[in-house]
Amino acid sequence: MPQKQRKISTQITSATSGANHPPVGLSLSNASLKFDGTYLFQDLSIDLPQGLCSVLLGPSGVGKSSLLKIIAGIQPFETNGSITLKPDGRANVQITGVEKNNPFNLIAYMAQQDLLLPWLSAIENVILGARLRRERPDIGKANELLRLVGLANSANTLPAKLSGGMRQRVALARTLMENRPIILMDEPFSALDAITRLHLQELAINLLTGRTILMVTHDPLEALRIGHRILIMSGQPATLIETECPAEEIPRNPSDPELLTHNANLIQQLAKLDTSPFAQTKTVPR
Amino acid sequence: MIRLARPIIITGSLILLWQIIVWASGSPHFILPSPARVGEAWWLNFHLILGHTGITVLEIFLGLICGTILGTSSALVLSHFRPARRWLLPILVGSQAIPVFAIAPILVLWLGYGIASKVAMATLIIYFPVVTNFYDGLRRTEPGWVDLAATMNASPLLILAKIRIPAAFPSLASGLRVATAVAPIGAIVGEWVGSSAGLGYLMLHANGRMQTDLMFAALITLAAIAITMYFLIDVGLRKAMPWQPDRLENQKEE
Repeated sequence: MPQKQRKISTQITSATSGANHPPVGLSLSNASLKFDGTYLFQDLSIDLPQGLCSVLLGPSGVGKSSLLKIIAGIQPFETNGSITLKPDGRANVQITGVEKNNPFNLIAYMAQQDLLLPWLSAIENVILGARLRRERPDIGKANELLRLVGLANSANTLPAKLSGGMRQRVALARTLMENRPIILMDEPFSALDAITRLHLQELAINLLTGRTILMVTHDPLEALRIGHRILIMSGQPATLIETECPAEEIPRNPSDPELLTHNANLIQQLAKLDTSPFAQTKTVPR
Repeated sequence: MIRLARPIIITGSLILLWQIIVWASGSPHFILPSPARVGEAWWLNFHLILGHTGITVLEIFLGLICGTILGTSSALVLSHFRPARRWLLPILVGSQAIPVFAIAPILVLWLGYGIASKVAMATLIIYFPVVTNFYDGLRRTEPGWVDLAATMNASPLLILAKIRIPAAFPSLASGLRVATAVAPIGAIVGEWVGSSAGLGYLMLHANGRMQTDLMFAALITLAAIAITMYFLIDVGLRKAMPWQPDRLENQKEE
């Protein structure tokens, strides 16, 4: 285990509603992660209020993806860390070790690459989770989800025959198929062209309404468009600060002047935090 | 059209070159027989060659099956159990350091003059390319796929079966192509060292009796079989993996 992790405690709280999975909030406290001998972050805490979309901004390499992977349970850490889960008001469950993470099937993960398996058709990729758990897949629901993301006619197409935007939509359908209350997204739209990105942001937000979302992004405009809350991660070891966010409902209009003002402010804020060697560039506000 | 004509043109030019060398050098037929003479020998000994070909093909085929089963299972063990890598990898490399020619007599001594020693030889020569290629493929699974599967609560065994093994198929296919190309070497070496049937035996026998034309006929048959096998395997593997991008194939014929 290369990663050293101290004192992790994750609390998952939830309210009850009629859905398959009631909305679940999550809070991670005192997370530390060491990489190549230096701490990426130390005693970091993050709160994901239930049903809201939290967006995580920050420079490359600051540890955003690692934080996401810790919550997803795929970032290894030493067993002296501890996770506390509180689903559905049940008693706290104390777990040590990464292999026991994600124990209540609460989290779904979507990455920058679509991660579609090239030998499976679109629909087979959508039902991958069930196949990997030896469950009977709900083909009807998978078809319905493909229809919702606009790919009803491509169910039996191999990923290589689909465009980048279509592949990311299949990945979105696969994420929805998992039907988890917490969705972790790692720059899911960053590889797409601007217009496709706008469409997919809106589609994702509409389909994921009511779920607790943590999304990592590089793009301030994307953060402003779909975030209920915007968190900026910076420094080494990294810290989190919450920043101002427009009040309207998401997804917000990207050409709204107020949003663009927020965008300019946010870029300024990010530029101040930039400690890279090119920080002196003239046109970037300081 | 040109695709169909190309092998015929290549074969024709080679035969022509061969005939020119025969004319130019004026070699006696027991040193270098003319193409026509070899063709005649092939026709006259058709049933003899056919019988021996059957034996050799069987040896190659069984060798390929045994080598593939042994190779793939070894690669799975190597990739799945950490201690196995430390203990087995040196043995694997060592097994390849010993030339199959050197142990052929021992294998014949142990397994007899029959088909078993040749199958063992072919298996041995195939084993290495299959293991190394498949093992490489298993090691290089896209880490994102494994992460994704982990968030889906998949067990390591199911990740292996549903993701890592299919992801390694293209590498395994490369190994199998090499294996198909080298398998005849194993069988023929075995037949040379000690046997009573097979194309290698026929060649050795004909050579000893100065029936050079028959030897050439057997040699050409062997080459034809090796090429046919390679193409069959290649086409089969391509068909089995339609998701595999094939840039060379997609390029326009020029």
